[in-house]
Amino acid sequence: MTELTAQPGQDEPAPMPDLLYSEAEEDLRAAVRALLADRADAPGVIARVESGTPYDPRLWKALAADIGAAGLLVPEKLGGQGATYREAAVVLEELGRSVAPVPYLTSSVVATETLLALAARDGAVVELLGELAAGRRTAALAVPFSAPAADEAQPASAVTGRLEGTITGVADAATADVLLVPTTDGLYAVETAADGVTVEPLVALDLTRPLATVVLHGAAGVLIADASSAVPAVRRGLLVGAGLLASEQLGIAEWCLTETVRYTRERRQFNRPVGSFQALKHRMAQLWLEIVSARAAARHAAGRLAADGPEALLAVAVAQAYCSGVAVHAAEECVQLHGGIGMTWEHPAHLYLKRAKADSIAYGTAGRHREVIAELVDLPAP
Amino acid sequence: MTAPVDAGEVRRLTRELLASHPPATTDRTGFLKARFDAGLAWVHYPAGLGGLDAPRTLQQIVDTELADAGAPDNDPRRIGIGLGMAAPTILRYGTDEQKRRFLRPLWVGEEVWCQLFSEPGAGSDLAALGTRAVRDAGGEWVVDGQKVWTSSAHVARWAILIARTDPDLPKHRGISYFICDMADPGVEVRPLRQITGEAEFNEVFLTGVRIPDSRRLGPVGDGWKVAQTTLMNERVSIGGARIPREGGMIGTAARTWRGRPELRTHDLHQRLLTLWVEAEVARLSGERLRQQLMAGQPGPEGSAMKLAFARLNQQISGLEVELLGDEGLLYSDWTMSRPELVDFTGRDAGYRYLRSKGNSIEGGTTEVLLNIVAERVLGLPSEPRNDKDIAWKDLSR
Repeated sequence: MTELTAQPGQDEPAPMPDLLYSEAEEDLRAAVRALLADRADAPGVIARVESGTPYDPRLWKALAADIGAAGLLVPEKLGGQGATYREAAVVLEELGRSVAPVPYLTSSVVATETLLALAARDGAVVELLGELAAGRRTAALAVPFSAPAADEAQPASAVTGRLEGTITGVADAATADVLLVPTTDGLYAVETAADGVTVEPLVALDLTRPLATVVLHGAAGVLIADASSAVPAVRRGLLVGAGLLASEQLGIAEWCLTETVRYTRERRQFNRPVGSFQALKHRMAQLWLEIVSARAAARHAAGRLAADGPEALLAVAVAQAYCSGVAVHAAEECVQLHGGIGMTWEHPAHLYLKRAKADSIAYGTAGRHREVIAELVDLPAP
Repeated sequence: MTAPVDAGEVRRLTRELLASHPPATTDRTGFLKARFDAGLAWVHYPAGLGGLDAPRTLQQIVDTELADAGAPDNDPRRIGIGLGMAAPTILRYGTDEQKRRFLRPLWVGEEVWCQLFSEPGAGSDLAALGTRAVRDAGGEWVVDGQKVWTSSAHVARWAILIARTDPDLPKHRGISYFICDMADPGVEVRPLRQITGEAEFNEVFLTGVRIPDSRRLGPVGDGWKVAQTTLMNERVSIGGARIPREGGMIGTAARTWRGRPELRTHDLHQRLLTLWVEAEVARLSGERLRQQLMAGQPGPEGSAMKLAFARLNQQISGLEVELLGDEGLLYSDWTMSRPELVDFTGRDAGYRYLRSKGNSIEGGTTEVLLNIVAERVLGLPSEPRNDKDIAWKDLSR
């Protein structure tokens, strides 16, 4: 039995976090939504992903630096906003809602949180954190996008500071300035422009979040943490990534339902709006029920991440085990209930389906998270 | 104007009640009556009717202080229909005299209430009901008809009743709302044995039941609107309770899993974990709804809770029967009984499986509630209705 084993009739050891949105969070949401509506509308996103340069540097600058979203998780004394996971979660809801191609989750959340977990007071880590918080540079943690926090990262090898190894499926590596590379002797910061570093773009299912293979061949890096502190830091980065990914998934699901409702109210067949047919209404109502639950799970995970205890592990695993499926279900229903137009390239539904399906693998599948839950709440496999 | 009642005042009044009526030496009913008279029954109700005109959120101060002092409660589950449905309706539509007469014995639990709404031909389409109320020369109403699925009818002293008072109007408009005396000789209650073997519900036959006009709630012909208050409160009370982790039916299944390793299979493990996650997420949604209500932002999420729990209860109890294998083939007892309460946890898995089939029917079927969500929350167009402008008497039945 673990210490977290749920006892019937008992509540959690820590009080229930606030699951609502504060006024400041709604203000932040409004600012991010307005920016994305202006700079990342669906036709613009489609045109951009086809151009092979998915990121719009002006959009990233406005989001990261002008709104200050990149530094939300970074304390003020390190150049950030000193906000909480809850604010970052709101940004991710909006990014999910617009499937905007920006390296927010990978750089401002996962890489940033990994660096923060090193608890450095000065030196290269603090300097890099300041750069990331200001949105001047971006970083990517060099592990496969599918890696769950529970995994021991499969490290590259390092010989006297020269790195060797191949890491496949790294999200946003192609646009990152810096790679955080876990190795057998610790965590290295490696400039993507350095000699011996090759970032080979892959053709990804999700057009809006590029993947690449990172090949290190005698690459030089700066050791920023030894193995004993690197392992928990990487795990923490991935845990926070998984926890806040639930909010992105919530945003995806919300867009899909809102658009489907809008479309089926207008689209007429058999001389009535198709949205008046009960068979369709029930499916949309069912999605709404799932979204209500997904919001509670995602807010709970964001609220629990402030503490680094078993409650946070469980809250993140529950949110991932649930929200992944909701986003995929909403996107699949969006395509189906749009009928033929839902299958076209010009309609944005496919961007959401691809993002939702890729997200269901990112930072651990629902099944992997259920295994974590089984361990945490003492429901062992046979 | 007196100052609004605040937390300090509520706490002071609660302690005063405990001092004047020590729970150890006061009999249960006496204590509950004193609590009602002190305005501590439901603090958001008006002064003189068991409340203090205080914010609803202050109730938890009273409940916590009284529970800590070991004070008796009014057995809210046993009188759930009175508390959850009759009381808010009487408060909103009742005359001063009705409020004074009915609310105190209702809250104290001296008088149990039941609800005479559903009929054999009018369940989901409740407004199609056919029970008639005709006014006689003396101004009294004479009621004839049949109701069904009536919980607590065999122990109830009073009932809230909707009946048709004008069959010439379209179905929603010719209905009136009454308080029916279950002791009237024209009221006959028969147990309705159900799928579980027990008779938790009843059929109620109404034959020449006489109801004075002073026991009508709201204007003649406006009963459908009055009933909406009752039904809204029913859905809130079904979905609104706070539960701890593993507090619902999932807890029973999880304990069986932990305690009986020999029953475990991989397939059941996957299904159990999926349902565990869904139960936990439903619990969190309930928490979020509670926080919304506390912050004064009521939302439509209560319907989501009702639907989620219905589905979860059915799936978890179904899993539990399978998990038990050979034992799942057995059933505790088919002898007919007439329980006052539904006891999900005290009976076996087979009972839970069968009884939970009702969760998606009672309090609004899942299909009707999904329509309500689709139309009222999502704003989707309504189904075509062909009964809106037709007199009730001309509808095909």
